[in-house]
Amino acid sequence: MAPSEAVPHAPAQGRTARPEGVTAPPTGDAVLEARSVSKRFPGVVALDDVSFALRAGETHALVGENGAGKSTLIKTLTGVHRPDGGELRLAGRPVSFARPAEAQRAGISTIHQEVNLVPLMSVARNVFLGREPRNRLGLIDFARMHRETTELLDGFGLRVDPRKPLHTLGIGTRQMVALARAVSVDAQVVIMDEPTSSLEPREVETLFRVIGSLRGQGVAVLYVSHRMDELYRICDRVTVLRDGRHIHTGDLAGLARTRLVSMMLGRDLSEARRTGPTGLGGAEHHTARTPVLTATGLDRRHQLHDVSLSLYGGEVLGLGGLLGSGRSETAKALAGVLGLDSGDITVGGRKLRRTGPAGAIRAGISLLPEDRKAEGIVPGLSVRENIVLAAMPRLSRFGVVSRRKQDRVVDIFMRRLRIKAASPEQKVGELSGGNQQKVLLARWLCLEPKVLLLDEPTRGIDVGAKAEVQGLIDELAREGLAVLLISSDIEELIEGADRIVVLRGGSVAGELAGDTVTESHLLDVLADHSPVPAGTDPAAQEDPR
Amino acid sequence: MTTRAALPVRARPLARLRDPAWYQEYGVYVAVAAVLLFNALFTEHFLTAGNLRTQLVQVAPVVIVALGMALVIGTEGVDLSVGSTMALATALLPLYLGYGLLPALAVALLAGAVVGAVNGTLVSVVGLQPIVATLALFVGGRGLALVMADGRLKQIVNPGLLSLGTGSFLGIPLVVLIAAVLSVAVTLLVRRTTFGRQIVAVGGNRSAAVLAGLPVRRVLIGVYVICGVLAALAGVLATARLTASDPSSLGTLMELSAITAVVVGGTPLDGGSVRVLGTVAGALLMQLLRATLVKHDLPDSTAQIAQAAIIIAAVYVARERRSR
Repeated sequence: MAPSEAVPHAPAQGRTARPEGVTAPPTGDAVLEARSVSKRFPGVVALDDVSFALRAGETHALVGENGAGKSTLIKTLTGVHRPDGGELRLAGRPVSFARPAEAQRAGISTIHQEVNLVPLMSVARNVFLGREPRNRLGLIDFARMHRETTELLDGFGLRVDPRKPLHTLGIGTRQMVALARAVSVDAQVVIMDEPTSSLEPREVETLFRVIGSLRGQGVAVLYVSHRMDELYRICDRVTVLRDGRHIHTGDLAGLARTRLVSMMLGRDLSEARRTGPTGLGGAEHHTARTPVLTATGLDRRHQLHDVSLSLYGGEVLGLGGLLGSGRSETAKALAGVLGLDSGDITVGGRKLRRTGPAGAIRAGISLLPEDRKAEGIVPGLSVRENIVLAAMPRLSRFGVVSRRKQDRVVDIFMRRLRIKAASPEQKVGELSGGNQQKVLLARWLCLEPKVLLLDEPTRGIDVGAKAEVQGLIDELAREGLAVLLISSDIEELIEGADRIVVLRGGSVAGELAGDTVTESHLLDVLADHSPVPAGTDPAAQEDPR
Repeated sequence: MTTRAALPVRARPLARLRDPAWYQEYGVYVAVAAVLLFNALFTEHFLTAGNLRTQLVQVAPVVIVALGMALVIGTEGVDLSVGSTMALATALLPLYLGYGLLPALAVALLAGAVVGAVNGTLVSVVGLQPIVATLALFVGGRGLALVMADGRLKQIVNPGLLSLGTGSFLGIPLVVLIAAVLSVAVTLLVRRTTFGRQIVAVGGNRSAAVLAGLPVRRVLIGVYVICGVLAALAGVLATARLTASDPSSLGTLMELSAITAVVVGGTPLDGGSVRVLGTVAGALLMQLLRATLVKHDLPDSTAQIAQAAIIIAAVYVARERRSR
């Protein structure tokens, strides 16, 4: 992925020398410590007895997949949530924060991906917001504020006019300003949540330099990212969370990437392939010879880099990758929802013109989105109306909806997918997650698509519905449909897919087919131990070894 | 509260009195019936054909504007420019009546469509918030109307136009008849047409509508155009009843009356549902309430306070329901 383009090649251990002038080793004292912290939300245990300690002067990576509890832990550390059990200790003393402001005053600063600053105010005013230097008349001493801001930013190697409004700066620079603010309020702990996700390579370098100087000042940095290269480059230790539990804390140097990935995913390398506890068939499908859909060179700034793949009728193509690898973005690009900077999509031999979702649907592409609530169901409408939502024009004449045609379609799919609802007129918002997901599947299947893109089709639905949905995926592929399956559930991916294209940092990291569709191979590619696949742009690769 | 609401309504008749969903659904009809009942008992000469006729004639323009407003609010939007659109329509009428009644009507309604198209484009293509987008024409529309009319009030003498205001068919005033026909038409539009269902889907979940390939922009522009045309029509009818074109005052505060009718009628402000009959009843409730208080010799300001109380009650019920 792009950020490492300008970076010197990593040595064999996967870890580069730190930026110059950064030599202070992590010291032993814990600045911030969580002891047996638990946090429950209705229906879920977000943190289960998690303990970990952040030492002064260290850069500590926090990793985990979706739902691992990273954000809950951060929010607990910063006073957004209060823990249900356990305690927090700051410099050895028990603390409890009622509000984020209290955590900030105690020296814990958080830098979010979206910077929490005031865009219309000047850089200097942002740095000193709420603690502006005053002159004798009690007015803001602008001269002093501007001077101190310039000095502060100079220390980060950043030349910015402190009078400039913040919104005129790039996102990266804005983040630096946020960092400068954090440091100037005497932060002992800085928490960075995916700081590099929208940065240019040059900005990433500046950020790393700043992190280096924080280390020199003895500030502890908690660094949340899913980019392996970055973690191995700047972090000293790592903590892995999974399903709200603490899995591992230890030095990053010497920890094999595969081991780290398998801890994140919770899979052992030895597990056999296609063991069959899921509802997916396991047996290979009969695949057509010519692809139904071909995508070449899909490119979108910061998200996708030269992604190419082919989908054949009658097969399930898995799309693998860690969080943020560009899986959902790829599916959305194929469905015309996400605009592309460049790249071609061909369906059934015809090039898809960029006409948005409607054009993709006409061409026979259907996308079951990842976020069922936000992008899928219309909660106030009935089951019937949710099913026919996309097909409505086909079920009407002169703009008047034919109730008879609708009822027929709805009846067929409610039966086939065994949707459990009091009646087709029940509001879809009242159904269980599994039934909502089936309603959405019905919405797309009643369009009779050629290509079905499924983004996390079984996430957050109960076991029974999960098996049914998996069985349906298998059945659809048998009937000749081309299915793209995105799943964070490794088991589901391995058993369900005939082939797996693995994404990393927005580009294709490798492809598994035939006998290589196994968990160990998948983990290898996810952890970047595979040779560079042919046909991909080397400049876009994460690790140009 | 939650457990009570979950009980079957039939098992405990009183349970429905604690269920905000029930109030949002039927509250407005109950309130209209209650006001009528109160007047039947305590107000002299209220339930007479003459008085009811007056009330209906007075409420008709509000109903017509509120129908369009209900569609816009169904898409999670709002249209503040309806009053100014009425002023534009009334300013254009005397300028084109020289060519005949029909061309003048066509120009007035076309102006409403143009205003709607501008609003819809600002909302759907430019991506402005509806309240901001329609604020521009709320301010500018009336200014434009005053410029076109030279800021003067003009008497209307065209007999065709005047008969729109005073005429009746089978004893029902034409204004009321038009409002009734439009109410039925909009009901059918919402319930039976693809367009109507798409309005509700766009308002209910915009992202889902986009992903389902719905023509979201076309739906939004269409909704604002309908709202604009209905407002222009209301402007024409109000002009006919006034027998004068007065762009400086016609339709002032109409946007608020229309929004009130929609909200009191049980349409949620956050989109996804359009309650046409509720909207009509909402407009009627506000009209009857005011007439009742006036008949009991209470000043107009009391009516405003009573109306405010009803709006707060309606919004409270909607919020309670959403939080379930």
